[in-house]
Amino acid sequence: MSDSKDFILGVYDDEDVLLSAVGKIRGAGIKIDEVYSPFPVHGLDDELGYKKSRLPIAAFMFGILGTTLALTMQIWMLGIDWPMIIGGKNHVALPDFVPVTFELTVLLAAFGMVGTFLVSSDLKPWKDPKLLDIRITDDKHIMAIDLGQNKAVDAEKIGSALKDSGAVEVNDKKVEE
Amino acid sequence: MSKEVFDFSAGIKKKLAIAFISGVVLLLVGAWLSSTGGHGEDHGGDDHTTELAEADGHGAAEKTEGDHHEGDDKKGADHDADNAGHGADAGEHEGGESHEKGWFERVVMDVWVNNVYFTGLALIGLFFFAIQYAAQAGWSTYILRIPLSMASWILPAGILMLLTFIFFNHDIFHWTHSNLYEVGGDHYDELIAGKANFFYLPLEGGSFPVFFVARMVIFFGAWVLLFRKLKSLSNLEDELGGTSYWYKMRRTSVAFLLIFAVSSSISAWDWVMSIDVHWFSTMFGWYVFASWFVAGLALITLMTVLLKEAGYLSQVTSNHLHDLGKFVFAFSIFWTYIWFSQFLLIYYANIPEESVYFVERFLSDKYAPVFFVNLIMNFFFPFLVLITRDAKRLNVFLKIACIVIILGHWIDFYLMVTPGTMGESGAFGLTEIGTYLIFGSAFLFVVLKALSSSALVPKNHPMLEEAKHHHI
Repeated sequence: MSDSKDFILGVYDDEDVLLSAVGKIRGAGIKIDEVYSPFPVHGLDDELGYKKSRLPIAAFMFGILGTTLALTMQIWMLGIDWPMIIGGKNHVALPDFVPVTFELTVLLAAFGMVGTFLVSSDLKPWKDPKLLDIRITDDKHIMAIDLGQNKAVDAEKIGSALKDSGAVEVNDKKVEE
Repeated sequence: MSKEVFDFSAGIKKKLAIAFISGVVLLLVGAWLSSTGGHGEDHGGDDHTTELAEADGHGAAEKTEGDHHEGDDKKGADHDADNAGHGADAGEHEGGESHEKGWFERVVMDVWVNNVYFTGLALIGLFFFAIQYAAQAGWSTYILRIPLSMASWILPAGILMLLTFIFFNHDIFHWTHSNLYEVGGDHYDELIAGKANFFYLPLEGGSFPVFFVARMVIFFGAWVLLFRKLKSLSNLEDELGGTSYWYKMRRTSVAFLLIFAVSSSISAWDWVMSIDVHWFSTMFGWYVFASWFVAGLALITLMTVLLKEAGYLSQVTSNHLHDLGKFVFAFSIFWTYIWFSQFLLIYYANIPEESVYFVERFLSDKYAPVFFVNLIMNFFFPFLVLITRDAKRLNVFLKIACIVIILGHWIDFYLMVTPGTMGESGAFGLTEIGTYLIFGSAFLFVVLKALSSSALVPKNHPMLEEAKHHHI
């Protein structure tokens, strides 16, 4: 495990240039570690070739969990533990349970999805964010290329490729792990 | 290079003609079968040509009796039927005219179901078009001509509906019988007489339903006028260009939406809810609208996909289809939400005058299967098919889900109309399929003819560029 990572950062000031640059850099056989931008850029994840997010699966699972919990709770409470007659219906009258089941399904799906997202992207309030460049919070897009992942390609070639693709600056950056 | 104008070719016309003719044949065979007490498609309901009030609850009892010949069973069933029938007993005096509910009433009922259903599809075309302008939406620009063409059916639908009502009103609407309004008469019905003004104003109850017919004429008139206006503006924009037409269309669209908000709800009471004239639901306007809307959206999506597969609309990408898919998915859930909201309140409160509606449908041997088929086709199936992102972007899933929804909402309207008109002698068979084919092919003929009359994609729409870059 290395203690530090060496990055080459391409700085872009226009998202259209950035989009075409991603294709060019990847076409040149250079692996992009991450692209940071101050706002969502449409089509960027397609260009970067990211796999489809598996977050919806988590949401679905949490939703099913909510449905199960809600039905179990209501059937146990009103049908088994303390049977009550409400409105002359059966103890376990499923139509009555639908609103609560629906709400718990939505609640758990939403909370579960947000929680999964926070955990999987390692976001927490006490996390110290390591910004490669402070300007990604303002008006610049940064394409980060990890030299450790591109041992086959010469560092200078990467730099010139970034410049050719329309980067307004190319910087080196060392990040301590 | 894609084709820019839809070619309404002889091949398509031939297919529509075949559908029309087979519809007529099926209708004739179906009518003949049910007039001769047919077999195979009806299940012993025809001999219970009882009046509505009895059909409500006692139909089930008679069936049980016939099946088992056991005293105990009969008692149990009678008890159920008594509970069920209460709502009906409170007001439902058919007036002793126990007329046969035979093949003729059944065909009239089918025609009415199709009238309401296809009117809805046409209206939703115009409604969808108007929303796009009122919301200043750009993504849908490529497909705008499809819903606009659907709306060409409004005029024929209005004529058909008016004629059906004028000639066959007694077979569809119980409230049109004049003896219900004679105070002190044998068939006097206080509840219906109390609603007389809504149908007959300014005349006396039992005469000609002026107010009812006037509403029908005014609604159709307003819809047709606004449709014509929007269509001519859209064509003018093709010829002359400029943004001024877009602004004019937006103004007209907003006017239509305001009118539609009121008229869609009232037409739902008039054309569908007044069939079960003793019964009422404050959600019914929404319920009918939701059913119309999701069926219309499914038809727009299906037509888009099919046109794209036929080589038209090459500008439409999976991003546009994704949005249409989301519309269909969301509004099939919306329909379910409305359906369930209506059901739960009635079920929970269990007030006889309200629950009679579901007794007729849910506790009936005839309609209980349809009741579940309705829910499966319109909720569970599209929900599970369209839930993932990929499904909304792929033609095959969209086609499957849309076809099921389009057919499913016909069944929804069948279930709204039939139990109230036919009672236990209703059935599902060849006549239903036949009339659906006849209406469907006529509807498609009018719509496709309109679609072929101008460019498939508006030529000078100011938002073409936005639609091109639509990405989700």
